[in-house]
Amino acid sequence: MEALELYLQTAAQMGTPILFGTLGGILCEKVGHLNLGVEGMMLLGAVCGFMAGLATGNPILAILAAGLAGAGGALIYAFITVTLQGNQNVTGLVLTTFGTGLSSFLGKDLVGQSLPDGIFAALGPKEIPVLSDIPVVGKMLFHQSPYATAGLVLAILLYFYMNRTTMGLNMRAVGENPGAADASGVNVTLYKYVHILLGGFCCGVGGAYLTLVFVPRWQDEITAGIGWIAVALVIFATWNPLKAIFGAYFFGALRGLSFVIQNMDLTLFGHKITIVSQFLDMIPYAATILVLVFITRGKRAENQAPRALGLAYFREER
Amino acid sequence: MTVQIVKKAAVSRRRQTAYRVFAVLAALAATGLVMALAGYNPFVVYYKMIEGSTMTAYRFQETIHKAIPLITLSLGVAVAFKMKFWNIGGEGQFYLGAFGAALVAFQAPELPMWAMLPAMMLAGMLLGGLWALIPALLKAKFGASETLVTLMLNYIAIKWVTYLQYGPWKDPKASGFPKMPKFADAAVLPKVFGVHAGWIITLAAVVLVWILFSRSKLGYEIAVLGESEATARYAGMNTVRTMLIAVLLSGGLCGLAGMMQASAVERSLSDVLSGGMGFTAIITAWLARLNPPAIVGVCFFFAILLQGGSYLQTSMQIPSSVAAVIQGVVLFFVLASEFFIQYRIQISRGEKKEVA
Amino acid sequence: MEDKAYIRLEGITKTFGTVKANSNVSLSVKKGEIHALLGENGSGKSTLVNIMAGLYAPEAGTITIGGRERHFSSPGDAIAAGVGMVHQHFKLVEVMTAKENIILGRKEGLAVRGRELTEQIYQIGKKYGLIVNPDKKVYDMSVGEKQTVEILKMLYRGADILILDEPTAVLTPQETATLFGILRNMRAEGCAIIIITHKLNEVMEISDRVTVLRRGESVATLDTAATSPRELTELMVGRPMSLEIHRASYEGKRETLLRVKDLTAADRDGVHRLNHVSFHLHRGEILGVAGIAGSGQKELCEIIAGLDKATGGTVEYNGEMILGLSPREIIKKGVSMSFIPEDRLGMGLVAGMSIVDNVLLKSYRNNPGPFVDRKAGARLADKIIREFDISTPGKWHTVKDLSGGNIQKVLLGREIELHPQLLITAYPVRGLDIGASYNIYDTLNAQKEQGVAILFIGEDLDVLLALCDRIMVIHAGAVMDIVDAKTASKEEIGMLMLGHRPGEEAAV
Repeated sequence: MEALELYLQTAAQMGTPILFGTLGGILCEKVGHLNLGVEGMMLLGAVCGFMAGLATGNPILAILAAGLAGAGGALIYAFITVTLQGNQNVTGLVLTTFGTGLSSFLGKDLVGQSLPDGIFAALGPKEIPVLSDIPVVGKMLFHQSPYATAGLVLAILLYFYMNRTTMGLNMRAVGENPGAADASGVNVTLYKYVHILLGGFCCGVGGAYLTLVFVPRWQDEITAGIGWIAVALVIFATWNPLKAIFGAYFFGALRGLSFVIQNMDLTLFGHKITIVSQFLDMIPYAATILVLVFITRGKRAENQAPRALGLAYFREER
Repeated sequence: MTVQIVKKAAVSRRRQTAYRVFAVLAALAATGLVMALAGYNPFVVYYKMIEGSTMTAYRFQETIHKAIPLITLSLGVAVAFKMKFWNIGGEGQFYLGAFGAALVAFQAPELPMWAMLPAMMLAGMLLGGLWALIPALLKAKFGASETLVTLMLNYIAIKWVTYLQYGPWKDPKASGFPKMPKFADAAVLPKVFGVHAGWIITLAAVVLVWILFSRSKLGYEIAVLGESEATARYAGMNTVRTMLIAVLLSGGLCGLAGMMQASAVERSLSDVLSGGMGFTAIITAWLARLNPPAIVGVCFFFAILLQGGSYLQTSMQIPSSVAAVIQGVVLFFVLASEFFIQYRIQISRGEKKEVA
Repeated sequence: MEDKAYIRLEGITKTFGTVKANSNVSLSVKKGEIHALLGENGSGKSTLVNIMAGLYAPEAGTITIGGRERHFSSPGDAIAAGVGMVHQHFKLVEVMTAKENIILGRKEGLAVRGRELTEQIYQIGKKYGLIVNPDKKVYDMSVGEKQTVEILKMLYRGADILILDEPTAVLTPQETATLFGILRNMRAEGCAIIIITHKLNEVMEISDRVTVLRRGESVATLDTAATSPRELTELMVGRPMSLEIHRASYEGKRETLLRVKDLTAADRDGVHRLNHVSFHLHRGEILGVAGIAGSGQKELCEIIAGLDKATGGTVEYNGEMILGLSPREIIKKGVSMSFIPEDRLGMGLVAGMSIVDNVLLKSYRNNPGPFVDRKAGARLADKIIREFDISTPGKWHTVKDLSGGNIQKVLLGREIELHPQLLITAYPVRGLDIGASYNIYDTLNAQKEQGVAILFIGEDLDVLLALCDRIMVIHAGAVMDIVDAKTASKEEIGMLMLGHRPGEEAAV
């Protein structure tokens, strides 16, 4: 039992950066922009957050710097894809190349350095009395870094924002049918910029979790593909922030598992089955393909990708 | 005063190229400025990059070695892009192609070279093509977005190679180090004029894809299908068949790139074989407007950036990541320049007239 | 107060690329008035109203509302000034409810308050006679319901200037009547209403005044009561125009070429799109098909052309069964049939390709070998450009950059150059100006004289009556009757289109 609790706690830790990246991806895709630059923005956030943490010793400033770095990457993306109507796929991929290169360049002298104690004290796991004693999920949800808790809260807030507020309604309309939103007086360009930038902010913050809390050190390409898992998870969660929580923790758990075991032998129905860590690593991607097939096959319009995802919007198009 | 964006009338090809070249130059100037601020002389840096990628026979060969897989991959994704099938799975198809090659090389090591290399090539193209066929079938049958499926399949392919590298195909002689054994000599593409024979294959592929696009019925069908599926059906084309052939070809070319890289450069299979070239190829194919001769030029430029970047590290202690940054900035500029090809910004003064 | 214009546009000019869509256009509309905006396709009506709605920015000219000059840089500005627009292609978010669409873009209020809204929507609806379920998703709605939501959306925002762009194009006659009732209610409430249409009878029926646009310029504003359809046509076209369509006659042998029997098609949900359709078509005959949009015209054409599947029945061409064959097999069998689809750039032509590549679309397989013979294509393109008098900078010019009439000529030219025995055309004059339309009629007549059998899917009953030999009227996928075009009346066909047989009560 205790082992399970501990494992779930780790799963949530592994899942936290994925969750932030996914929420960032949802914000961006819900206004119609597929951003394949999540990995790049996470790396920018990771390196800038770490640098700010080193320089100031202040966790809030470190997180803020990480978010701004992510948003900075998103700003380039937004300028090219929204204002200049550039190709979203290519721009996103370039953003990842750029973010990977720039973070490695900025971080060349940071390798091996460690953060001031103040940051770990502030961001290390905190136990919430009583609640953390709930069996099984108590430790996962209530004995965590405030960072992980913030991710949970953000996901829930985002859900309410998207589904219960007029601004959220307008935002979804922009991703579904920018022409309709525009004709209704929604400032399409503004909504796109704001949400793409907020999305970048989330990605940056997610990246910094690795350098500030999880590892906590800087190394090249520290995200190791988490950004791509986040891109997958946006679909897996059908663009729903609440489902993203479960998805992130589930994918986090798989990642945790693949770290723990290299090869594990199980006996199932008298056959010896070897579970290989790489196969566990494949699950998020394979599961996402299945979900994608499932939602496009199913007719529920509410589960589909935003209708205008990937399309540029030019008002005077004839 | 009002600022508005106005769509331009058609811009000539030559003009478009001029815009793009200008964008590249502007980007180099911008990164140069940043370098100057960081305390490096940009002219020296750029010179070193060119020196490091072209000035000696060895370095030039290295540049060509980098360009070969990139060109083949770009051709591969271009075939799919022509059909507006957004295959961003070149990376995965590349690995599957390399896997196919390694499968032949490891399972039939005693084959003579004349049988070995064609068999590797065939296996690589076949596996790359089949890997690309998965998203095509999912799209044809269920309408699943190929952009996302091909993206996901990349990581599954890489993990598969990692599994082989750490598991069944690990070299027992490598004293526990996770790497695969080298191929037998018969499985290595021979050198022609100092560069592995892949360049001949690649040039042949360029010509073939160029003929496919500009002359052939299949290329015409692919282009019509890309514009509108309804039109293709109306014209009596077998749309599913055309799509599957094009996708097989696309994945096959990406697989061929993987086979050449594994055989001639790595002489083995590894999970870092591509170094992200499958993604770079999307960018290069798009930049070259899916035009095969232009692909050669664009990929060569990228190869110079890559090779020159790694030379910077040894010659000036500038991290090679700078090359990635330059690459990013150049691309951002070119992406931005597309806008000015299509639109112009018009600043007009609204006349103020008092109305009673 | 009564005479004073509430919204006044002066000197409006707007260019797209090299096309001058509006040039020095003026328009003024009073409160409590229904003002029709009349013009041919491409005369600049849509551009003008899009400028009023803040979607397009004019290069010159002023908009004055209630005595104040306004500058709209976005639809939001126009809405704030009380201008509400109902677009021809509805601007609604499909996955959202009516309610959500109505409040979209609302500035005040952070939370979506469902219950209050339902009440407000109900109150507005009651005032004008607009009925809609606020919680229904748009994707579940009929065309009429969607239009209702669009109008409610504008009224909810307090629009007192309502612009409707071709609102009746997609409506059944009953829905049109309902809409006109609503518009009259709004006129009584003091709204200024601008309605775009190219149907003269609707202009005469609903409007108080009418402004005619021609080639981007406003040519006249008239009191509807003091004008006539003939005068309006002349103003639209710019010259006196005989609206007579000539009916060609075929002197050859009268034999049946196409025989369709009990053709039935059902969609995935089991709904009948075609219900036991039977008819035959002779050489040298034009058989018109009349029906409300979506009555099965598209299915009928596409099934005969091999593009769609039937669930039952037979299609015989020259005595040979062709149903179930692919378009390719139909061509291979030597069936020379041409289908000119309604969606020209989406189906008949490849928008982004040159004229040469487009004229090759049906014949590129004719030469042996793996290569496309573009020399033959270039020759064919030259011939079509010459014979059909297509105005283009060159044969390598992209099709989508041509005007609507020239695009249609490329399509028609290619099909006629295939020398078909059977020609199927769906809405061949849609989007064309009057002159270009008459060109198309002449071409069809010329084909008929040569003995080609023509199936003509039309929408304008006057044209069908004048051009065709017989008219098949369909309703909900079933043939109501096949009438003789020389003797049938418009009213008779109209009733059949609605599903009423003479001497019979409603059969819907």
